[in-house]
Amino acid sequence: MSALPPNPAAPLQAILRRHGHDPSALLQILIEAQDIDGWLPAPALTQIAAALGLPRARVEGVAGFYSFLYDRPVGRYRVLFSDNITDRMLGNRALLDALCRKLWVEPDKVSEDGLVSIATTSCTGLCDQGPAMLINGRAIGQLNHRRINEIAELIRQQRPLDQWPAEYFHIDDNIRRRDALLQLDMLPGAALAAAVARGREGWLAEMQASNLRGRGGAGFATAVKWASARNAAGTRKVVVCNADEGEPGTFKDRVLLNTCADLVFEGMTLAAWAAGADSGFLYLRGEYRYLRPQLEAVLARRRTAGLLGKGILGEAGFDFDITIHLGAGAYVCGEETALLESLEGKRGTPRIRPPFPVTHGYLGRPTVVNNVETLAKTCLIALEGGAAFAATGTAQSAGTKLLSISGDCAAPGIYEYPFGVSIARILEDCGASDTQAVQVGGAAGICLAAYEFQRRIAYEDVPTAGAFMIFDGSRDLFEVARAFVHFFAHESCGFCTPCRVGTALLRGFMDKLNDGHGAKADLADIDWLDRLLKNASHCGLGSAAPNPVIDTLQKFRPAYERRLVSLDFEPAFDLDAALAEARQLTARDDPGAHLQTHEEDGR
Amino acid sequence: MSPAPGSPPARKLRVPTTSLAGCFGCHMSFLDIDEHLFELVELIEFDRSPLTDIKEVGPCDIGLIEGGVCNAENVHVLRAFRRQCKTLIALGACAVNGGLPAQRNHLSLSECLREVYQFRPGIENGQIPNDPELPLPLDKVRPIHEVVRIDYFLPGCPPSGPAIWKFLTDLIAGRTPRLSDGLLHYD
Repeated sequence: MSALPPNPAAPLQAILRRHGHDPSALLQILIEAQDIDGWLPAPALTQIAAALGLPRARVEGVAGFYSFLYDRPVGRYRVLFSDNITDRMLGNRALLDALCRKLWVEPDKVSEDGLVSIATTSCTGLCDQGPAMLINGRAIGQLNHRRINEIAELIRQQRPLDQWPAEYFHIDDNIRRRDALLQLDMLPGAALAAAVARGREGWLAEMQASNLRGRGGAGFATAVKWASARNAAGTRKVVVCNADEGEPGTFKDRVLLNTCADLVFEGMTLAAWAAGADSGFLYLRGEYRYLRPQLEAVLARRRTAGLLGKGILGEAGFDFDITIHLGAGAYVCGEETALLESLEGKRGTPRIRPPFPVTHGYLGRPTVVNNVETLAKTCLIALEGGAAFAATGTAQSAGTKLLSISGDCAAPGIYEYPFGVSIARILEDCGASDTQAVQVGGAAGICLAAYEFQRRIAYEDVPTAGAFMIFDGSRDLFEVARAFVHFFAHESCGFCTPCRVGTALLRGFMDKLNDGHGAKADLADIDWLDRLLKNASHCGLGSAAPNPVIDTLQKFRPAYERRLVSLDFEPAFDLDAALAEARQLTARDDPGAHLQTHEEDGR
Repeated sequence: MSPAPGSPPARKLRVPTTSLAGCFGCHMSFLDIDEHLFELVELIEFDRSPLTDIKEVGPCDIGLIEGGVCNAENVHVLRAFRRQCKTLIALGACAVNGGLPAQRNHLSLSECLREVYQFRPGIENGQIPNDPELPLPLDKVRPIHEVVRIDYFLPGCPPSGPAIWKFLTDLIAGRTPRLSDGLLHYD
């Protein structure tokens, strides 16, 4: 029997107590425990495991899974530069290098005095006001060299973040075009009162009539999801709002949560009313942690107003409340079953479906998982009726869609359009010119070339969760695809081999081309990997990972071909350089001590 | 075995084999096809191979490479095979992944050579061999597909005789080689 771990220190004990020593709160406990020292020392993991009755390996497995949990020290100022392609186009790498130089620290390392560490992170959802960074979890946008100089000075002076100029942390909503949802000025509770007045059946009938489909990208009929959860066996049903908005180039959920959180929470309550759920979770991505205080305030206000809690709006048996659950930097948790695993305090590994969450979701309970925008839209349906909602948009895509527009245009930001709007119209509205390509739906989406700009945003043509990144004639689409391939290789959850290995191999081929070792044979191997990822992956992350390469190889093939140095085969490394160490050790320099990297064609 | 219907090989296929940074275990496994060797020599003839002692590879159909690439000579031999063979096969774990010899890759080459030739107990005034006759080692052992284009991969340490037989007969008959579960396993 090994010695019992020493008792946790008081702050950790308080965290464990606040979560009732509940193993399913493991992720939340780790996030809060990390706030004590800025990282998670090994003894703390041991103590948490003992206190929750979990194996140590399980705790370490979770701590090792999430990008924002650290098992080794990080700087007291932890700077993470957002590294979406849009940040790169705005020069984030030069700013990162400048800050590193000013603070005498190398990227991905901690400065010797432990003051600062600087690294990159996946898209932080500030593409309309980049380049962006997170510093100790707080977001700063619109970085430029002047701001970087000031930040370096503040860090050097060890000034607490609360004393930094407030305008650094000001995040713009940049709402450029309003339609039904963003024009809505609703008194909190109005939609809920209308739905309760219709009764649960009547409310679900309105939802059915609305033809509302999921705004997270997949487009599943919301009413069908709600009805399935209502009809599923089990009493304690759950509503989850998926605010893990990790798709590179998407930021509409951030704006909705910032400007109309009431609509989102009211939508969750409307879902609970239809499905008969008693508990709700807002899964907030770690990158948006800075929104949490104001969201908690909205929840508190709604509880006071009788819009959450027991007997909502005086309706006996209508009990529902909402808890905010933080993510910690894992794109895959945007997939609904991975999100549920994460909610249960585990690694975000996607589950096998069926069973679907509507019958077996959070802790095995019937669970509705909806996107932020989907839930907000249900308020419109409650207020104006399903038929009115269904009358807008296109035949298969009712209502409006929020687009997160970034990249090469005059006015990046949030645009709300009725479904059916053409790409060309959007480009005109946001002031884009000389547009070469648009990436719709984020890294996992579709790359459209100029000849496709008459296509329309709708489930029946170009479906999207909302990302809309614009690339003008000066951009290199190979670089865009390579950035997305790196993103997927970084975000693969590692569970299934086709995705874990396939994304890494694909990254290797893209880097080989980039490093000047490309050959025609690589393009054939890339094709093969694309098919393998698409067909053999466990979940949508792996099957979507080759999309940027498939699209750009088809539509921008010369961007690849101009990088080829051989029409046959070319090693990824310099063969002669691989002999350099042996030459040095043997002091040889005879012809036999060299290799021609490019083989002469003997035939 | 029977040739593919309608398209019997018009002539014997020429097959060279070699072992680079390997242990000849794959070649030994090749011999494990036993009496199938008699059928095989009706269909193929060996070019450069430990079985023939031909020193230089000539124009060939199907080349079999055992072992990874650990030195300059391996590179020359592998390139010659690639130039001469229409189809080139990575035979066994070392050719496919680098295998056992690639275990030195987490050490630097100087650490390896100094440990063996200078610091080993019992060695005095040891020197790292520098005769120009000797091929220089590469800094890392590489799987062969990192140095030339490879058409097929036959994994295993070694691949079993039946696996090699199935693979070759598929190839000779014009079928894309396909190993079923029994012939491809991890223990």
